[in-house]
Formats: sequence, C-alpha cells, structure tokens
Amino acid sequence: MSEKTLTRMDLSEAVFREVGLSRNESAELVESVLGHISDALVEGEQVKISSFGTFSVRGKAARIGRNPKTGEEVPIQPRRVLTFRPSHLMKDRVAAGNKS
Amino acid sequence: MIRSELIQKIADDNPHLYQRDVERIVNTIFEEITNAMARGDRVELRGFGAFSVKKRDARVGRNPRTGESVEVEEKHVPFFKTGKLLRDRLNGK
Repeated sequence: MSEKTLTRMDLSEAVFREVGLSRNESAELVESVLGHISDALVEGEQVKISSFGTFSVRGKAARIGRNPKTGEEVPIQPRRVLTFRPSHLMKDRVAAGNKS
Repeated sequence: MIRSELIQKIADDNPHLYQRDVERIVNTIFEEITNAMARGDRVELRGFGAFSVKKRDARVGRNPRTGESVEVEEKHVPFFKTGKLLRDRLNGK
C-alpha cells in the first residue's frame, strides 16, 4: 500500500486537470460540493451518491458513559452522528485495489 | 439529496458553467476519492471528514443459512470518519 494522504488540494488539482477552469475556481467548486453535502446532512437529509455511497444522519439516545481512565460515570447527551455506507462498487474497487 | 440534485445545486450557483462541466466536476471529485482508496491512500478533508481504508483480517465465518463454516479471506474496506466541524454542526454547535 502506498498510504499517501490526499487533501482538498489534490481534489481541486484533479478538477483543474479535468475541466478547463482556473486553480482558484476549481478549489472553490470542491469546497462548494463539500458545503452542499454538509448543509443537506445538517438539515437531517440523507445524501445518496450513486456508485459512491450514502451519508446518513442517525440519532443516538442519551446514555451513561464511563471515563475509561478514571472509571467515573459521565452522562452522554443525545446526539446526531453521521454514518457513511460505501456503495458496492466502491467496496469492490477498494477490495480489488488493496489485494495482497 | 442524490447525485443529480447535488449537480443541480452547483449548476445553480454557477450559471457561467455548462451543465456537462458541472457534472464532470462533481464526478471527478467522487472518482478521485474512490481511486485514492483503491490505491490504499487516505483522503483527508478537514472540517468534513476523512476517507481511509481499513484492513479486515481473515476469519472463519458461517453461512447463516446452513450453519456451515467458511473461510473468509483478509480484505480491505472503505471507512469514513466525520470531521470535527461537521460533527459539531450536526449537533447545533
């Protein structure tokens, strides 16, 4: 495995190469895509990107947690968490690409 | 929201772009993330989240229908961890 870390910069570079826009505008578009996905999720909407995966927001009930270091009980407030379920296509590609 | 609705939102924000270019832009972003993970790379998008690849060890599984034991090979699966900013926004912070 190569184990590089890509960032927004790499995504905007890919957009820059693919479409004839400036680097600046490419970066803004990447940001705008992430922004629209985030906004929909914050509204509680599911975001379903075919052949990529599905982001969904789930509610978690309040519970009593424990500080693992001190053993002390602490209340955990109800909260919303985001889960990502990869599509079959992504799972297959990731499995095939990383086969040893 | 589905892929085509996301493309429409970006197109509405950018009336100077052709619809087909907006489609290519959105598709390129998701394609690039999938390609990175297929190479075993991570994609870290601060504030949004990070996509990475996790290794699942080989194990002996069971066919739930027949109860028969089956060898499951080691495999790699995509994983997403929500970024702090988005996690906070989901909880109204």
